[in-house]
Amino acid sequence: MSTLTLPASEGGARSPSAPFLAQQFDDIEQQRDAAKLGMWIFLATEVLFFGGLFLGGTNTAVLLISSLLMAFAVRAAKLDQRRILTWLLIGTALLGCVFMSIKGVEYHKDYVDHLVPGRHFEWRGADPQNAQLFFWIYFAMTGLHAIHVTVGIGIMLVLALLASLGKFSHGNHNTVEIAGLYWHFVDIVWVFLFPLLYLVGHR
Amino acid sequence: MEEVVQPKVYLRTCIVLLALLALTWAIAYVDLGPFNLIVALAVAIAKAIVIALFFMHIKGSSRLLHFAAVAGIIWLLFLISLTLGDYITRGWVPLNH
Repeated sequence: MSTLTLPASEGGARSPSAPFLAQQFDDIEQQRDAAKLGMWIFLATEVLFFGGLFLGGTNTAVLLISSLLMAFAVRAAKLDQRRILTWLLIGTALLGCVFMSIKGVEYHKDYVDHLVPGRHFEWRGADPQNAQLFFWIYFAMTGLHAIHVTVGIGIMLVLALLASLGKFSHGNHNTVEIAGLYWHFVDIVWVFLFPLLYLVGHR
Repeated sequence: MEEVVQPKVYLRTCIVLLALLALTWAIAYVDLGPFNLIVALAVAIAKAIVIALFFMHIKGSSRLLHFAAVAGIIWLLFLISLTLGDYITRGWVPLNH
């Protein structure tokens, strides 16, 4: 018996099917609200992180569909469907890997075409200085986003393992919901990067 | 127990998002001048709102979470408007050295 956990129901020994309640919270509802509020505040700082830099279609669809799987994963966690939850988390991570693979192919093509800013940058079109500036912004933004996707893939795989062990059963689905918020946010960032960098830049 | 959303809501959300993506794609092939960027950003904002409302469950969540979600955007607007406030107004006032 851990001293940090209290029964979710009023008094008595914790039944194995009740969600864990940390000491600092009055009830399970408050614990859920606090976790969600914390995540939304973190996402607000992320808006500034990405937004400060705001001055590419297949991959957008991949991320949008991975968000759909994630939404279903959160639902499965709430409904205590352990196997479905595990597979949905693995599916989300796999789509994240598909996204990163497509991104890797694009980066490689940019490298071969001398589009990476620096000494080997070559631009035969008009205004090479502005073109190089665009590619600085392009690599900074897509790179920052790619780091976030990589972190997300790691989170999904760890959660899939924990889900298969039944760690999110009996109402302990908070972690899945919070990770879902992160994944959807990374999706939203790409929703903005795609038109700004791909459709406008490659005109 | 928190309320659990029906699967069809998530499926509809995803279909709307993919339709908006197709719209973004189609508009990129039409030359609207400066409006290309404005329309593309408007569609992106619409997508972000749909994701936040339905996938991230902002719809039906507490007022406190609504505030936290909007806070990031408000701070971003501060950031952009202060930066542009400097950049756009440079040289408006002649300086006597």
